[in-house]
Amino acid sequence: MNTKLIPIIGMEIHIEPNTKSKMFCACPQDHFGKAPNTQVCPICLGLPGALPFANYEGIAKTVKLGLALGSKISEFSKFYRKNYFYPDLPKGFQTSQLDSPFCVGGSLNGFAINHIHLEEDAGKLVHETIDGKKCSLVDFNRSGCALIELVTEPVFHDIPSVISFVKELQLVARYIDISGADMEKGSMRLEANISLSEEEKVKSGELPNYKVELKNINSFKFLEKAVSAEIKRQTEAIERGEVLVQETRGYDEVKQSTFSQRSKADAHDYRYFPEADLPPIELTKSQIANIKSQIPELPESKRKRFEEEYKLSKDFADILVSEKARSDYFEEAVKLGQGSSPSAKTVADLMINKKLDEQFPEPAGLVKKIVELTKVEYASTEEVENAVKSVLIENEKAVADYKGGNGNVIGFLIGMTQKKLQGKGSSQIVREKLLEGIQK
Amino acid sequence: MAKLSKADVEHVAGLAKLDLTETEINKFLPQLSQILEHVGELGKVDTTDLAPTSQTTGLTNVFREDEVKPSSIDLDGALSGTDNTFNGYFKVEAILTERTDK
Ligand SMILES: [Zn+2]
Repeated sequence: MNTKLIPIIGMEIHIEPNTKSKMFCACPQDHFGKAPNTQVCPICLGLPGALPFANYEGIAKTVKLGLALGSKISEFSKFYRKNYFYPDLPKGFQTSQLDSPFCVGGSLNGFAINHIHLEEDAGKLVHETIDGKKCSLVDFNRSGCALIELVTEPVFHDIPSVISFVKELQLVARYIDISGADMEKGSMRLEANISLSEEEKVKSGELPNYKVELKNINSFKFLEKAVSAEIKRQTEAIERGEVLVQETRGYDEVKQSTFSQRSKADAHDYRYFPEADLPPIELTKSQIANIKSQIPELPESKRKRFEEEYKLSKDFADILVSEKARSDYFEEAVKLGQGSSPSAKTVADLMINKKLDEQFPEPAGLVKKIVELTKVEYASTEEVENAVKSVLIENEKAVADYKGGNGNVIGFLIGMTQKKLQGKGSSQIVREKLLEGIQK
Repeated sequence: MAKLSKADVEHVAGLAKLDLTETEINKFLPQLSQILEHVGELGKVDTTDLAPTSQTTGLTNVFREDEVKPSSIDLDGALSGTDNTFNGYFKVEAILTERTDK
């Protein structure tokens, strides 16, 4: 085959928002490491007659993410029941959204987002062998937790773009304080939809008639390995002349290959219908404006500003901005240091290369340290006196001009002295010594 | 309204995780068809000037404050409906197939 195959990748990214309570009941949202089935109630256990009650914060955080990514916010939204059976889904349906998600469109790193919707999480399954018998254990602490799902368009054609997109999304979620987006704790989870197509078809916007869904990706490293293993598998299959089918696959880290998880009975037939227990949502312009006003400067514009305002290199700006607290620390230190010696570049350099921000929890401590460090480097009084002496001898004319009333000459003489001191003279002492020398 | 086929009944049963015998399928086929026909009567109503709705209460924006409140059910209560438990978990037969969703 001569035509070049290009990967077409779309991402589905789940983020658990950091609300206090679950999406439709008053149980705690934070379930990490809690004893099983201790954060449950009739609503999230799906007991008969329980009535769900929407948590406005969950909606606000979803809308906040949409606003940060330039999505259009739906003025009218509703929840749906997505029906399927699985032991971690006690009601037999998941409350989700369908035709009126809270956020439509938007983009990040130049990659188009299809929509962002809000749904509830399912419980957790643990697979165990008890008394020699294989069984599955169910914990419903996570059942009913608020869960934001962002779905991109199939716009990625290489793995690095996917990874930088997901990393940037993680950073944005942290900046706007909607989630810790911690992959290890499961508050951010990834799925990749992958297919391959010929270059010409991709250019004309034609999508292949299949896609393979890669599930349960729980780290950036895993994402890279799993996606590249799947691209390899599909490339080889197409080269062998096989026809690829729509399916769900997992990644086996040991074998470094993906395996099919599809079973015949898993046909997608969710029989969505509107959730009548949850009245529709009409967000007002003022509610949306209020949410928007809580969005701080986003990483992308902060990086640009750091490069322009503080003349930092792209690398330095990237590193500082990759942690909101660190970028705040940096700006605070620069502000405190204003007027005294440390330049923004020095502050950034000492933070990044010497990790001094770890030693000084408060920016003021760092600034004090920098002033101390730079003082040590100042030339001694004796060195200044020697430099002044030779400058005065070498620049007789300037000295005469000064004595003749041209006060501006002093700037030139300071400059000459600093040149001899390689810039290490304290400008105050240099001036003092020069004036002293001239008077003699 | 199109008549249901045997395959339709099998499909619906599959979604409900029901294993039906041949006799049951033959019994339910006309029953399900009848139900569909009955509901299909609604299709005769003229809805040209009606706005679609997903609910009947007329309510919008019913929200809850983001507050954690004590549950009316503790661990024992949560597990009280079954004898199949293990260390605070519900115990079910080994799940071999991965869910297709999420
Ligand atoms: Zn609950």
